[in-house]
Amino acid sequence: MARVNFLLLAVLVACAIGMIAAQHHARRAFIALESEQATAKKLAEEYTQLQLEQGTWGTHKRVEAVASKSLGMKLPDAASTTVITVQK
Amino acid sequence: MRFEKRTPQLRLKLEGWRSRVVLGLVALGFAVLGGRAFYLQGMNTGFLQAKGEARYGRVLEMPASRGQVRDRNGQPLAISTAVESIYASPEDVEVDDKKLARLADTLGVETGELRQKFANKDRQFVFLKRQISPEQAVRVMELGVPGVFQQREYRRYYPAGEVMAHVVGFTGIDDNGQEGIELAQQKRLAGVPGSRKVIKDRKGRIVEDVGSLRAPKDGEAITLSIDQRLQFLAHKELKAAVEANRAKGGSIVILDAKSGEVLALVNQPDYNPNNRSAVTGKQTRNRSVTDVYEPGSTMKPFTVAEALETGVVKPTTLINTGAGSMTLAGWTINDTHANGTLTVAQVIQKSSNIGTAKIQLQMPPERMGTFYKELGFGSVPSTGFPGEAKGLMRPWNTWKPIEMATMSYGHGIGVSVLQMARAYTIFTNEGQLLPLSLVKRDNQPVGRPLVSRETASQVTAMMELAVMPGGTAPRAQVPGYRVAGKTGTAHKPENGGYAEHKYVSSFVGFGPVSNPRFIVAVMIDEPGLAKYYGGDVGAPVFSSVMGSALRMLSVPPDAPGTMNVKVDPSPALTPAKGVEG
Repeated sequence: MARVNFLLLAVLVACAIGMIAAQHHARRAFIALESEQATAKKLAEEYTQLQLEQGTWGTHKRVEAVASKSLGMKLPDAASTTVITVQK
Repeated sequence: MRFEKRTPQLRLKLEGWRSRVVLGLVALGFAVLGGRAFYLQGMNTGFLQAKGEARYGRVLEMPASRGQVRDRNGQPLAISTAVESIYASPEDVEVDDKKLARLADTLGVETGELRQKFANKDRQFVFLKRQISPEQAVRVMELGVPGVFQQREYRRYYPAGEVMAHVVGFTGIDDNGQEGIELAQQKRLAGVPGSRKVIKDRKGRIVEDVGSLRAPKDGEAITLSIDQRLQFLAHKELKAAVEANRAKGGSIVILDAKSGEVLALVNQPDYNPNNRSAVTGKQTRNRSVTDVYEPGSTMKPFTVAEALETGVVKPTTLINTGAGSMTLAGWTINDTHANGTLTVAQVIQKSSNIGTAKIQLQMPPERMGTFYKELGFGSVPSTGFPGEAKGLMRPWNTWKPIEMATMSYGHGIGVSVLQMARAYTIFTNEGQLLPLSLVKRDNQPVGRPLVSRETASQVTAMMELAVMPGGTAPRAQVPGYRVAGKTGTAHKPENGGYAEHKYVSSFVGFGPVSNPRFIVAVMIDEPGLAKYYGGDVGAPVFSSVMGSALRMLSVPPDAPGTMNVKVDPSPALTPAKGVEG
């Protein structure tokens, strides 16, 4: 009888420790998940910032200003345009 | 053993009840503990759990971002991006005077203001400064003041700036739309913030998710029908035209001739939606949608279209416009020139007021009134844009003959630029009026047939004559393409009459005629120079906008022979006096 009791006690202790370990693992995993989610969010926010930056640098107004002022380019007028008809 | 022998009392046996009493007391003790445990664990568990959670659990707000506004090619026009807001929990704040001064300095606020905020210990939450840049927030947090925290928020940016300002509008500090699409589509754009309950450990890390109270929902993205390239083009040309003519303002609307989508919509004056500190209502008004003007001769094609449709006239019918002046019920209608006898086609080509008035008067008022109404004059265009103007049109049964006559050349009737552009879809779409849309369409809308295909093409041919030498607007020509259109010049109504030297100069046209792609409506408000006729002010703007738009979108020229023709910079007709041009 006493032997069975000791055995059960040992099993109980093992289970208890196992549960603590499992909970610990769960928390660690959860923290890892949280930090990954935070990273995902941060990247998403960075993406919107980059989109904004691209949108701002790429406005037609700026592109045209750079093309005409720094690069000395100009829009071709109709007279200097040749129309090529593609036969299908 | 020795003691037992010496002390006989020890030999006495304890009486049995005493041990039982002790046992009983111990058992009772356990029973009380068990009962208490049951009471706490079994009956009161919910309450205690809640109390426990309240000590280590936190409710986190989960911000939702506002949806983007994009142009038809997916280019972002309004983006919400993260900024930081600094807040404090006054009861947790520990700060000395030196640190307070540094904190105030980094935040850019007054020391006194901070002190006042920290003094209020009853509050758990107080904003110190909202919407600062992430870099500035990092510097604030580096000071390491206990009880000071940061919170992500979103701020709206408009990369296209003033080019898109009137269409997209802007939001206020609380992220609610105030103008334009931001206001019109507030419901779809707005995100719904959520919240969730978590357990944090002593390092402030989230260790357990107790449950999501409300999942956050990001706002929807809205794709407009606007093409940013055309919008930029229209903006540039309009700005240049308004400056060159020293005008008070102006608008350009570009419509897709086949789908009724608004491809560009610009106004002058404009404003920068990213910096609105000195913006006035005059700048934020989307004139092409909310303002009403007298369209002048751009109305004439509708009179002629309805007359052809009713069978009152044919394109070749002769109309005597006499010496350029006609009296009707005590009022005089003038033409810019004495044109003598004109065909109906020439009435449009030369823009004769007398000609159109005479045609108009041959039709019953009911017929004309219904037609104007069907064209959308006098009712909102229903693009969903806030503050759309209905225009001014009195019911046909109150019309006097002189009013009916003046309406034929666009006086005594008020329309918005958007309404005018839309009405022209009957000429580009085989007689069918298209519904407008500011949001990109997935499929072809159903038009409403108002005139026959034949009538539409006959009137188009007349409007093509108007932009050729001999017409009122040769400066509207586009090299390489066939275009058609009509000029308009109207005195501005003022104090119940017409102002002598204030005009609205406009041009509405479309191209290429063989298979129309765009309708371009130009309106210049009060050109301040000697030239104010639609053919001088509106037409050149039309020509450059239409020409660039067609080339930009690689529309094949339908008149390649005119590619190298220089558009005559001086108009063929230089009207001397009168109202129309």
